[in-house]
Amino acid sequence: MRDVYIIGAGTTKFGELWDSSLRELASEAGLKALMDAGIYAEDIDALYGANTSGGQFVDQEQVAALIADYSGISELNIPSIRIEAGSASGGAALLQAFLAVKSGQYETVAVGGVEKMTDVPSEVANEIIGGSLDAEWETFFGATEASLAAMVAKRHEYDTGVKREDYAQFPVIAHKHGSMNETSHFRNVIKIEDVLKAPFVSEPLTVFDTAPISDGASALIISADKKKIKNAEHPLRIKSSTAANDFLSLHDRKSIDRFGAVRKSTKSALELAGLEVGKVDVFEIHDSYSIAGLIQMEEILGKEAIRMTRDGEFYYNSSHPVNVSGGLKAHGNPLGASGVYQAVEAVLQLRGNAGTRQVKNAENIMIHNMGGLGTTSVTSIIGVD
Amino acid sequence: MSEVPRFWRESRHRYRMVGTKCKKCNTLFFPPRVLCPTCRRDSIGNMVEEELSGKGEVYSYTVVHDGLEQFKMQVPYVMAMIRMKEGPLVTGQIVDAEPSEIQIGTKVRAALRKVRTEGKEGIIQYGYKFVLE
Amino acid sequence: MSSIVSYGSYIPRYRIRSEEIAKEWGENPENIKNGLLIYSKSVPGPDEDVLTISAEAAKNALRRSSIDKKTIGAIYVGSESHPYAVKPTSSILVEALGLPYDIHSADYEFACKAGTAAMQNVMGMVDSGMIENGIAIGSDTSQGAPGDALEYSASAGGTAIIIGKEGFADINRTYSFTTDTPDFWRREGEKYPSHGGRFTGEPAYFKHVITAAKRMMEMQSTKPEDYDYAVFHQPNGKFPTRAAKMLGFKDEQVKDGLLTPYIGNTYSSSMIIGLSAILDKAKSGDRILAVAFGSGAGSDAFDITVNDRIKNLRRENSPGVMEQVNRPIWLDYATYVKFRGKIIMRGA
Repeated sequence: MRDVYIIGAGTTKFGELWDSSLRELASEAGLKALMDAGIYAEDIDALYGANTSGGQFVDQEQVAALIADYSGISELNIPSIRIEAGSASGGAALLQAFLAVKSGQYETVAVGGVEKMTDVPSEVANEIIGGSLDAEWETFFGATEASLAAMVAKRHEYDTGVKREDYAQFPVIAHKHGSMNETSHFRNVIKIEDVLKAPFVSEPLTVFDTAPISDGASALIISADKKKIKNAEHPLRIKSSTAANDFLSLHDRKSIDRFGAVRKSTKSALELAGLEVGKVDVFEIHDSYSIAGLIQMEEILGKEAIRMTRDGEFYYNSSHPVNVSGGLKAHGNPLGASGVYQAVEAVLQLRGNAGTRQVKNAENIMIHNMGGLGTTSVTSIIGVD
Repeated sequence: MSEVPRFWRESRHRYRMVGTKCKKCNTLFFPPRVLCPTCRRDSIGNMVEEELSGKGEVYSYTVVHDGLEQFKMQVPYVMAMIRMKEGPLVTGQIVDAEPSEIQIGTKVRAALRKVRTEGKEGIIQYGYKFVLE
Repeated sequence: MSSIVSYGSYIPRYRIRSEEIAKEWGENPENIKNGLLIYSKSVPGPDEDVLTISAEAAKNALRRSSIDKKTIGAIYVGSESHPYAVKPTSSILVEALGLPYDIHSADYEFACKAGTAAMQNVMGMVDSGMIENGIAIGSDTSQGAPGDALEYSASAGGTAIIIGKEGFADINRTYSFTTDTPDFWRREGEKYPSHGGRFTGEPAYFKHVITAAKRMMEMQSTKPEDYDYAVFHQPNGKFPTRAAKMLGFKDEQVKDGLLTPYIGNTYSSSMIIGLSAILDKAKSGDRILAVAFGSGAGSDAFDITVNDRIKNLRRENSPGVMEQVNRPIWLDYATYVKFRGKIIMRGA
């Protein structure tokens, strides 16, 4: 089967972007990606638009069609499909685009992820985020996603002896990296005491353990067209893209603090790419909650991950850089866009354009986007040939 | 008012913790399922309703400070996952208890309580919450 | 003759002391405690109401006996604070308790004697052969207006009495006395009830309770000494004590059924919860005179004799009244008003 490359990438800033609407954000990112790829609208065969909850945030469904329209490509009748997989929508859209191009039916495909979350008050945003849970048996009874993450944390402490201070490192690491990233929602450096002493969201998790509510959009151009790849400034190959799912609710799983779907999809992505995990230079993971970040790294690297967190090995200039973008915690989590931004960051790092947070000699980057808490897991590996 | 049929359909499951049992593999499911995830097609026509005892113990829990709008009057409230005596793990609130009285392993039982109301005019949605045994 | 097959009560765990309320309204707590003889009252949690309380009480009753739910042919619930003005509490209980759908049901209202009226209804259905067993429940989460005397007493609780032909306590006779006496009322749409002050005493409570008790003893040819226990409607700690004295009952006969000083007045459950506390201790041969009072006004009286079948009743399967009285969670006034919805919230 043919090789698929990312030939262009673009993003808006992530944050509380009062002046920008959903459609404005999407077209801004899309245009940047197109120009970065050096191609035009006529070159696009299809558009996959990731958006988790446009209907609830801004009363808008059929979001991909809207993105295509406001990006000026509707006259070309380009197929535009919305992809939704909770907060894994972005990664899932990338997966769909990858499969579409790999199949041969399409040559060049645009992937966009966008979410406009701040047009509603934050209490409402939290309810909408809860839409990824089981409406009848979790949300109905008062569970928020954060409360479920908190229960995972408590159980994980009980099952493995991991300490509160261990997973509280993830936001600290994220903010350190985010401070070096211009598009990041938060640019401030924080200390572990800040995480531990912040107001509780759901004990033991505080506001610093949870990713923020953000607006933002990111986009990619994927292609198998040899000419376009040759002309692109610095094409990067998508070595693999795959996914796995688990039961929707934590209470239906064998254990709540193991993410079996994550283990499966990351392992499968490595196999499909023909790589050992030791060959991965950077991990961009879904730190919607600090504890989720830790468990993802445990599924990828094994129990060692706990020690590595304690020993600071996840910093950009250490042995296993994690979330050098600033992750979801600092860079932001506009639900449908986060997974696409992970790929944008991979592109920046692999091109050597990541400024002060540059990981030296990065050749292979694993990006992992998650829906819910281990419910949907989408992994892609992007690298230089 | 618009949610009436959706709530009514689940009422016996929420009032009395009525689950479903797969007669093929003898697993009791709560929340109830129409299809057994293990036996799949073989479970069609082989699922029967069975009421849980309501007894269980705390598997994990948390004190929610930033909660759902519906539960504003009860913040901070305790959310928990309870391992029921019959096997299933259930997500629900623990009420009438101080967080200091709760730990993993604490014994609880289900009690019928108001869970939600649809404003001042809509129906009252009752369901299970857990109290200390 | 119909008899009590099983019984069970539920008292919410939350409590508030009379001094907490008195402090708020600038009243002397000692006056309240000495005047009304109420030290504390029960408060329903924000997620409790007459339906949830009735369900707990009924489950406590069902757990103590071995009757098959399929033999229950009726369920009637009496309350002044049904969750819906239209949509019967009893219909929700059919599903909540897993009762057969072939069942008679409706809700009752008669101030604090709605529960005993439900009992009489079920008795009639059992005696006439219409049903084998039936459940009667008296349950309330009544409110008193802030700053009003009723705030000290209006509390929450419920009791379920299952009546059938072969129970452990024979209801030898029931008698009712009803008049048009406006001592206590609440107009449609009003949040809090109104009352006639001192008019609620002699022309209301005492007239009806004493008359009903005297008529019952006349019809049964009994005297106070013939009873082991006497329990009356208990709006406060004073009225039932005085009524007992007026009728010639002694303190020992009355004390086990007097709960208002600790949990307040549970309205439709008021007398019945006292009866429940007595049944927690009763033995075969014990005779009980039970007299309820409902404002408006009327009294229902019951002459009950416990029989040998009490040894088959598994009382230990459910928490008794005193066990529940002794599991308080104390509230301050602020939490109490928040729970009772007395704070005007946005959108109200």
